[in-house]
Amino acid sequence: MQHLIQGTALALALALSAPARAQGTPVANEQFVPVPSYRVGPYAAAGTSVFGGFIDYMNFINVRDGGINGVKLTWEECETSYTVDKGLPCYEKLKGHPPTGASMFSFYSTAIVYAVLDRAGTDKVPLVTIVHGRTDASDGRVFPYVFPLMTNYWSQNTDIVKFIGMRSGGMDKLKGQKIVHLYLDVAYGKEPNEIFLKQAAMYGFEAKLVPVPPPGTDQQSQWLEIRQFAPDWVIVTGYGVMNPAMLKAAARANYPRDHVIGNFWTGSEEDTIPAGDAAVNYISSLINPAGTDFKIIQDIQKVLYDKGLGNMTDKSRIGSVLYNRGIMTGIITVEAIRTAQGKYGKKPLTGEQTRWGLENLNLDDKRIAQLGATGLIQPLKVTCADHEGGGAVKFQQWDGKKWKIISDWIQPDRKLVRDMVEASAAKYAAEKGITPRDCSKGG
Amino acid sequence: MLYREAGQFRTSYRADQRIFPIVQDRVAMGALLLVAFVAIPLWGNQYLLSALLIPCLILSLATLGLNILTGYAGQLSLGTAGFMAVGAFAAYGFQLRTPHVPLLVAFLLSGLCAAAVGTAFGLPSLRIKGLYLAVATLASQFFIEWLFTRVGWFSNDSSSGVINAQAMVIAGVPLDTPVRRYLLVLSVVSVLALAAKNLVRSRAGRAWMAVRDMDVAAEVIGIPMLRTKLSAFAISSFYCGVAGALWAFAHLRSVEPQEFDLTRSFQILTMVIIGGMGSVLGSFLGAGFIILLPLLLQSAMQGAFGNALRPGLEPNIEQFVFGSLIILFLILEPQGLARLWQVTKEKLRLWPFPH
Repeated sequence: MQHLIQGTALALALALSAPARAQGTPVANEQFVPVPSYRVGPYAAAGTSVFGGFIDYMNFINVRDGGINGVKLTWEECETSYTVDKGLPCYEKLKGHPPTGASMFSFYSTAIVYAVLDRAGTDKVPLVTIVHGRTDASDGRVFPYVFPLMTNYWSQNTDIVKFIGMRSGGMDKLKGQKIVHLYLDVAYGKEPNEIFLKQAAMYGFEAKLVPVPPPGTDQQSQWLEIRQFAPDWVIVTGYGVMNPAMLKAAARANYPRDHVIGNFWTGSEEDTIPAGDAAVNYISSLINPAGTDFKIIQDIQKVLYDKGLGNMTDKSRIGSVLYNRGIMTGIITVEAIRTAQGKYGKKPLTGEQTRWGLENLNLDDKRIAQLGATGLIQPLKVTCADHEGGGAVKFQQWDGKKWKIISDWIQPDRKLVRDMVEASAAKYAAEKGITPRDCSKGG
Repeated sequence: MLYREAGQFRTSYRADQRIFPIVQDRVAMGALLLVAFVAIPLWGNQYLLSALLIPCLILSLATLGLNILTGYAGQLSLGTAGFMAVGAFAAYGFQLRTPHVPLLVAFLLSGLCAAAVGTAFGLPSLRIKGLYLAVATLASQFFIEWLFTRVGWFSNDSSSGVINAQAMVIAGVPLDTPVRRYLLVLSVVSVLALAAKNLVRSRAGRAWMAVRDMDVAAEVIGIPMLRTKLSAFAISSFYCGVAGALWAFAHLRSVEPQEFDLTRSFQILTMVIIGGMGSVLGSFLGAGFIILLPLLLQSAMQGAFGNALRPGLEPNIEQFVFGSLIILFLILEPQGLARLWQVTKEKLRLWPFPH
């Protein structure tokens, strides 16, 4: 009995002293990055590639450079299954992770971004929403903590319409054409509708919106509708299992695939390979090309995969569009932290500090070349008012085996997009009672 | 031993009709409320409040709503999430277009809107029963989701159909912290749960149960079918509507109609079945099981394996374990967790001398 009491007392004392000891030690020289990934569910094929690439890049920086200026990157995965129900707890769980809290979140799920948008501002944790999330968050004055970097749905839509104009032989040739927007009927899919209809009025083409109920595996009635409408072009905003189903349905409807243009979430190997021959000649936009020819991808293969440290179990997917998007996310995360270190010192930073890094991120051609990512990402310059940065996309065509780039960077209709972004952000600010920041004051 | 009720005599009808006739139950309930209202707001962290308790309580309320309809009145419904959506969008609309209406009144009105819609979609229940009724309510689910997605007026012409809940203020106090939001949710849920508990013990509740057990017999003894069935639909939808409004305002704050899709309806139906049909307690247990268990599993897996496993294996194992647990519980106790609790209580009463 005596032993038991002593033992219990000892255990209790140890348990109680553990947190105290942790407080006593100096803060670990680590920068925490949350990884809210999705590896199960209908979007798992995309999630494993994006987050696999993301983790690989951070691991690569740790192994090759020993972290960012000596500050090691740490991360923890949390399964969101692309759902708000799981994504929100992930956010709450990881936002305050030691030593200095979450650097920034990249959810790659528009629905989750919407759900945490409000919280991120209050908690001072940046949300990096590269080509997903809320479009009008590009107005950094109203959304200081949200960064829809690279391009947003509206810029991209103007890119696609411009591409169609180029293919038709000039923007004036758009007049009288018929264009369908086929989209996954969730917030993400509906984002481009407004600007699409606006552009239809501008250029005089006939627009038709065709929603596909999620997850989008059955599109028979939609393609029947499309066939009756007989459009010149079909723009697709899809994701996950909807995409191969879309290509197969288009083939069944005998619609020419080289007139189907997917957006940047509708153009990866995960979408075309399952569709087989149905995908040949299909066109999609891209913000980062596929391929393993880039120096950074080859370095990662050398430094990580040759030593068995890589995150991808299916090595054939290294260099896929979505894997490379993960690498891009890694580059932006690391470079934003590096930028912030320039101001706040080479130590673990808080979300508020990395936010400054994101807002002052400037990736020019020279820096991109240093990173070994020439051709992989476009130059990016973020400012206080403009949280988008780039805006351009390229186009690619599937030849049955791989994607072939068929255009240069196509620039968006900046004025149109920016006006709409500001109007929409102002409406949001009015609804929520937010006073937009004054960007001329610096900060 | 602790649960012995020897010496507790009920000497009046009032004492006999109490919700908790046993002293220990009353003490336990008081302690639970004390923990929920005082201890948790004082010491709970943000994760506990905003990721676990708030969603869990709100879905308990929705489950309670469905339990009134399915568990007590025996009308199977797959439209729960649709009625939640009505509540959410109505509350948003009231706050947007009639800003002078106090928040709690707006919640009440949005519950009434949901009740009206629920009653309308409950009309088929007068002619059809069981699975056929479930299919009819399925139509309401799809119709409501379609309506909020397609008609811009409901979302104030938001391009993506997403509504942004307005800031909540009650009597000049802004509910801007997780603790305050939690207290709001807890208060609403407590009051409505108490109301439900009393409702099902009243004449209305007995009428519902009579209809559930055999509607022909109920009609023969003079229970009006129209009023009973439609009142069940109305009150159930009211609960779901208020839950939806809370979901939009106190939990997510930016909601798209797809947040209230068929999956949500099934989730709530699962909560009713796991928790126990026709039990107020079961609604809470069911919601807790479905919401909290996966998160606990996630933490447990993280603790047990860390980053040692092949990436992606962990979430798959979690799903596997969670699914197995549901099957296991349904085999062990097909009548739900509430029944399990009841059995435990019976045993505790006799312990340590079972006959």
